[in-house]
Amino acid sequence: MPKEVTDVICPFCGTLCDDIVITVSDDNKTILGVKNACAIGAEKFNHQRLPGRVKRPRMRQADGTFKEVSYDEAIDWTAKMLVKSRKTLMYGWASTSCQAMSVGHEIAEKTGAIVDNCATVCHGSSLIAIEDVGVPSCTLGEVKNRADRVIFWGCNPAHAHPRHMSRYSIFPRGFFTVKGHKGRKIYCVDCRYTDTAKCADEFIQVAQGFDYELLNAFRAAARGETIPDTVGGVPKEKIQEIIGDLKQGRFIIIFFGMGLTHSMGRNHNIDIAINLTRDLNDFTKAAIMAMRGHWNVTGSGQVLGWQYGFPYAVDLSRRDQARHQTGETTSVDLLNRNEVEACFYIATDPGAHFPVDAMISSSKKPTVTVDPHINCTTEISDLHIPVAMVGVEVEGCAYRMDNVPIETRKVVDPPEGMLTDVELLTRINQRVDELIAAESAASKGAKIEQHADKAMAKGGA
Amino acid sequence: MSEYIIKNGHVFDPVQGIKGDKKDIAVKDGKIVEKVGSSAKTIDAKGKTVMAGALDIHSHVAGPKVNAGRWYRPEDKHFDSHKKPGITRIEGGKSIPTVFKTGYEYARMGFGFVMEAAMPPMYARHVHEEIHDTPIIDEAALPVFGNNWFILEYLKNQEIENAAAYIAWILRQTKGYGIKCVNPGGTEAWAWGLNCLTIHDPVPYFDITPAEIVTGLIKANEYLGLPHSMHVHQNDLGNPGNYTVTLDTLKLAEGMKPKNNFGREQVLHSTHLQFHSYGGDSFANICSKSKEVMDYFNKNKNLTMDTGNVTMDETTTMTADGPFEHHLHALNHLKWFNVDVELETGAGVVPYIYSPNVTVNCIQWAIGLELALFSKDPMRCYITTDHPNAGPFTRYPRVYSWLMSKKVRDEFLHSFKTADKVIDATYIAEIDRELSLYELAQMTRAGPAMALGLRKDYGGLAPGMNADIAIYNIDPDKFPSTGPEIEKAFANVAYFFKDGKICVEDGKVVDMGHKHTFWVDVKVPENKQVIHDIREKFLKYYSLNEGNYPVPESYAPHQHIIAVDAVQ
Repeated sequence: MPKEVTDVICPFCGTLCDDIVITVSDDNKTILGVKNACAIGAEKFNHQRLPGRVKRPRMRQADGTFKEVSYDEAIDWTAKMLVKSRKTLMYGWASTSCQAMSVGHEIAEKTGAIVDNCATVCHGSSLIAIEDVGVPSCTLGEVKNRADRVIFWGCNPAHAHPRHMSRYSIFPRGFFTVKGHKGRKIYCVDCRYTDTAKCADEFIQVAQGFDYELLNAFRAAARGETIPDTVGGVPKEKIQEIIGDLKQGRFIIIFFGMGLTHSMGRNHNIDIAINLTRDLNDFTKAAIMAMRGHWNVTGSGQVLGWQYGFPYAVDLSRRDQARHQTGETTSVDLLNRNEVEACFYIATDPGAHFPVDAMISSSKKPTVTVDPHINCTTEISDLHIPVAMVGVEVEGCAYRMDNVPIETRKVVDPPEGMLTDVELLTRINQRVDELIAAESAASKGAKIEQHADKAMAKGGA
Repeated sequence: MSEYIIKNGHVFDPVQGIKGDKKDIAVKDGKIVEKVGSSAKTIDAKGKTVMAGALDIHSHVAGPKVNAGRWYRPEDKHFDSHKKPGITRIEGGKSIPTVFKTGYEYARMGFGFVMEAAMPPMYARHVHEEIHDTPIIDEAALPVFGNNWFILEYLKNQEIENAAAYIAWILRQTKGYGIKCVNPGGTEAWAWGLNCLTIHDPVPYFDITPAEIVTGLIKANEYLGLPHSMHVHQNDLGNPGNYTVTLDTLKLAEGMKPKNNFGREQVLHSTHLQFHSYGGDSFANICSKSKEVMDYFNKNKNLTMDTGNVTMDETTTMTADGPFEHHLHALNHLKWFNVDVELETGAGVVPYIYSPNVTVNCIQWAIGLELALFSKDPMRCYITTDHPNAGPFTRYPRVYSWLMSKKVRDEFLHSFKTADKVIDATYIAEIDRELSLYELAQMTRAGPAMALGLRKDYGGLAPGMNADIAIYNIDPDKFPSTGPEIEKAFANVAYFFKDGKICVEDGKVVDMGHKHTFWVDVKVPENKQVIHDIREKFLKYYSLNEGNYPVPESYAPHQHIIAVDAVQ
């Protein structure tokens, strides 16, 4: 008899829906059906059973083809690569568990690596802005229960976070919002009319590249100051009307995405959006939230935060201190300047998302990619190691876009003999210890601080 | 397991009333014992001070707002991010250390237990992930209840039993230790941009007052018989004149008696009292009311407190008193982080620079010290910095130096630019008292252990108790006379034993120990009303399913569970 697993957390986007119901075959090996998830989430669970799944590591041969190798071989090759390289880029993490990240960080500390996550090409701009000006925010349930003015600025949840609007931001009837969307005024600000704009009460078209100016004008208008006749293509009367309406609200929430992080101004766009939100708190309650993309990029930021004190682009290659400087320790810049000797990608696909020049540089270095699937990155790697899908075949902690932590569930067994991220990284960690110990014994009176490395192997929580 | 004999040390143990006598302490299998065999390893403590491992009753070390403080302040890692000798991971952060550094630094100072002061129940998994990653020290966390919708509704209707049943449920879901109450009612008001500044200001919509919340939570705490008492951060923190709100709040505990099987003697713990002991009506005439507050406190024996000493550093303030942080940001314009948590609480973070050139900060510094120096019962008054709010916990040795040496604190006092104004507005210059090592042991070991309900096994060196032992390079007969010497001695133990294992030797971390997560599991009668209310609120108002709310067992691999039976 197939059985239903309830309260399942969807491991795809930052909405982190946790009301998914999965029907699983009796032998616990196959997902038969998915309820409540959006199309993207459903596909994440459903594709688990599709044929063609890579089940064992693949090593690139001299002629460019891939040959299957054992996990032991893959682990040994990876550990050797990490130990040999003086500065490795360990990038990704956004689609694996916090428990896996923790093990990865240990490896990075002892072998000398930079740990970076997808924020580096996504909400990194937002993180920089928050490092400058802070952020007044809230949990998504506060939006559901209190928000009566909702602004989507430069984001398109209809496509990128499909259930966001029904679970949190437009439609739900909450404690103080019993009328649902009828009790809310929804604004959508974008340079183009998106499917999210279709769900809004009012769409404001901002001229491309003028988000900063428009946010600035909103801020000035909120403070009662004069603004130009038009800003970013929006007439001042409209700006003043909107500000007037926002001030009538009891709880304003601004959601934003790549329209602000990746258009002219970048982190400055977020900076001024945050400052606008902060200023609005002089008149009524206002909060702002980044629409985080991956289901656990936030988690990577949190684990890096509590272990090293920075949210992304953490350089551990000096072994005795952690460093973070956008432009210096961020992945794309490191690759562009050819500053790493090896690449370790996990739970992401930089081949698909990074600038081409960065990937050309990457492809010239020894590269290991850990991913359940064949993707753009695996095809330019030397070694591809498949692992169980977190949130589907193995449990693990994830952080939602509002930083709420939720432990994802194991719904089905992974394919026979397949390792999980935690198992794989733990074994790589052990192999690294063995290699370092052997190296140490072999070269007495060797270089600097190898004691620290060996001791580190035993240290840590 | 190992046996040790710590020989010839000067022992300070308030549990046994030992005030510096030379005494040997025997350790076996993680406990202090009467004696050990000849194969025991000898630790020479000649000319050194021996105390139980210290307990920090209130510190912000693990959780969402702590971490926000870390990652939104990359500058906090300047100058203080490196590995120290010993087997450590990378350590980082000055005012908000990373989890590795937190564990190591507390252990280097001889601390064996730290209470995470405020855990938002919805984020409990985060708190426990950080506790899990913090090495050596035992930790627990206090879930916050003072702005929780269930509590507001139950206490409005004076349904103590229902409130207690809900609290028991939360303690189990979140692996929590007790009842924390921060800015009662005010943080729920803050979700609408408002606040509650006196104990009679009603909470918007819920129409309950802070007085009713505090009283109700004390009653619920005693109904359950928890190891710790209700732990309150009063309304109106940080504002001139707020000492009246403090006295109003403390008075709510009059006549209440503690009910528990743990030796706890108080019904209310008032935290970081320094921030709540201000007179005057503006920052222009703010003055110390520490004497008035301590007069009341000393007379009322069912109260405990911790100081919240200002250390005069650049630090990071963080609290579930969300409206206060917004207010602080308006004062100093430094970056403001805020999060409101559905149905439960909120939090804010703002950096702050305490400066000896700023009169108000000097007055705050004096008040914190006065509270400790005016206390008549060191078993009820504990030393903290509300880390990191009034200063980083790594400054505890500096605070001890001010409390134990009039010369050292007067030196600092007279170095202030506006020393005259500070002296006029405070009592500090008149106070001659210097805390002794014995009193320090009461205020940092035996006292907090009693207040937390842990006195049976922690905070002392009697046989049978846990072998958490700190040995300092302090010869009581030649007590150091300068500030830096006192600080150095307390900052780097000669030895720190945790559960009978040497984890720190000569200030260096040598073993990670086997830390435990402490939490309280209360059995209450089945309560169908509360079960129904929980189900309903999760279905309708939370953004998370009830099935995903509890902290999984794997997050706390080593649990020290204190069982309480509240089924009458």
